[in-house]
Amino acid sequence: MRPLDLFRFSGRAVSGHRLRSALSLLGVAIGVAAVIVLTALGEGARRYVVDEFASLGTNLLAILPGRTETTGAMPGVVGVPNDLTLDDARAIATRVRLARNVAPVSIATETVARGELSRQVAVIGTAAGYREVIDFPVARGQFLPEGDFDRGAPVVVLGYNVAKELFGSEDPIGQVVRIGAWRMRVIGVNQQVGTKAGANLDEVVFVPVATALSMFNRTSLFRILVRTHTHADIETARAQVREILIERHGEEDFSSLTEEALASTFSSILTALTLVLAAIAAISLSVAGLGIMNVMLVSVSERTSEVGLMRAVGVSRRQVAVVFLLEAVLLSGLGGLVGLGTGYLVVRLLVSLYPALPASPPVWAVVAAVVVSLAVGAFFGWLPARRAARLDPVLALGRR
Amino acid sequence: MIRLEGVSRTFEVGGRPVHALVEVSAEIQAGEHVAIMGPSGSGKSTLLNILGCLDRPTAGEYFLDGRPTSSLDDGELTRLRREKLGFVFQFFHLVARLTAVENVELPMVFAGFSAGERRERAAAALAAVDLSDRLDHRPAQLSGGERQRVALARATVMEPKILLADEPTGNLDTGSGRQVLALLDRLNDEGLTLLVVTHDPLVARHAERILVLVDGRLALSVPGSRVEEAVAALLVEEPVSEGGGAA
Repeated sequence: MRPLDLFRFSGRAVSGHRLRSALSLLGVAIGVAAVIVLTALGEGARRYVVDEFASLGTNLLAILPGRTETTGAMPGVVGVPNDLTLDDARAIATRVRLARNVAPVSIATETVARGELSRQVAVIGTAAGYREVIDFPVARGQFLPEGDFDRGAPVVVLGYNVAKELFGSEDPIGQVVRIGAWRMRVIGVNQQVGTKAGANLDEVVFVPVATALSMFNRTSLFRILVRTHTHADIETARAQVREILIERHGEEDFSSLTEEALASTFSSILTALTLVLAAIAAISLSVAGLGIMNVMLVSVSERTSEVGLMRAVGVSRRQVAVVFLLEAVLLSGLGGLVGLGTGYLVVRLLVSLYPALPASPPVWAVVAAVVVSLAVGAFFGWLPARRAARLDPVLALGRR
Repeated sequence: MIRLEGVSRTFEVGGRPVHALVEVSAEIQAGEHVAIMGPSGSGKSTLLNILGCLDRPTAGEYFLDGRPTSSLDDGELTRLRREKLGFVFQFFHLVARLTAVENVELPMVFAGFSAGERRERAAAALAAVDLSDRLDHRPAQLSGGERQRVALARATVMEPKILLADEPTGNLDTGSGRQVLALLDRLNDEGLTLLVVTHDPLVARHAERILVLVDGRLALSVPGSRVEEAVAALLVEEPVSEGGGAA
């Protein structure tokens, strides 16, 4: 029995029942296409996030109140963490030489209003350094003024969309808006920046951090951002910041994150998400396998007398099993190819609709989808093939 | 070439034993042409299946070329069928999706012949049954007689020693039947051992010897020229032979 002849023989059986074969391989095609598309989306989301972080530059350090690592200490033994204060930020700014910019950050949602027009926005209390840390341009006027972090002022810088909605085509500079109960003078409007560092900067307003803290009635900062001159400085700066804060707080009740660490955390979360999506799609593949098994069982019972004939002319049980198994694998393999093509087309379509999402299926998913589709055929084709091989030749021949 | 010693075949049907063959002993020489007659249910098909190594006796021994077949496993029986035995059936058993020549090639595909040799031998076998102009027709495009001749070509393409035919003309009109019988006679003249199950005296008359089975027992063995005696044996026994129940 030569492999090529065998392929031809099984292939003839597959092509002999066009509709039935097409329907059963459609199941596998859908499964494989689902794996391709879903993993492409997951991978696209991952790359998108990683690219976003990369666009920030890798010389950024964020200090957050509270520990990230949990220790084995009893609850209550470890005291409530100290707040991260403006004094902490000032200490870092003055003592860490490697820090090019330091920006304390406080965030809350507030209503911003001008006359009848009002909307809820995120109010970011920060300092002049923030603009350089995140690196975005101001369109008109100026960003928050330089000066000590403690000095508040009733001034506000508007995000691009906020300015557009409150003022339309008017010039907002010098005009007054209300933020909660506070009257603030607009000193600047940002250019359109889009999402940076996980926030849409077009949808926020910036006020001096001291003003924000009194506005929100807080003493603790959301975080302190530090930008070093170069990427090489980042670990040294981190150690210095840590030393200063331990000295001030008496214990390590804060965490410091580099953007790299954040990016890799997000990246691994999204990789896990991709795997979950792949697993869900794989379930549809195994359901498709049941479809193939069903078709093969029908095929075996339809061709019982053919099996009897084969046995009579000296075809062995093993050869009969191989013929039917190969038929199942051909069905699922063809389905896999169709699914692969369809999946890639859908991904292309998605990319052309949403160019921002760099969706592309990871190589492992493509390989796995093809391998699994073949394996599905072999696995679900096994039972029908065994049934065919075990047919009694005399009884099989008796069936016409 | 063939020797049966007390061969019995018992089936279980609904928990009851049914005796399809009862202690049949016979000997068939190489090159002989033997007809097996019997009323329906007399066990003649069962006997042919055992002779063709598709079925096994439940008692007794079947010697093929002097070898006892009861000790052979499924694989060895399969090889015997492939190399020594050819089958022709009442309902042809052609594979509908394959052309005539592909049907004839089928045994050779699984025996591992090269495509070239297969095509050559299949074409020759079809020429021998006068179907050279029907190579690429599918069974549905062929007449009954043509189908049986394709089946005959398939049965002989592996050059077997023994050809087993189960009612080869049972589904054919007289003319086609006569053509198939002539081909069988010619194959026998060329030295092929021929075993034909039939209920048709005109077919049985071609044989050198007629074995008559009644209720699974060998009732009579006469030369083909004395077909009237065989028919008489059937006529006498037929009313009581119902319910034999062979598969």
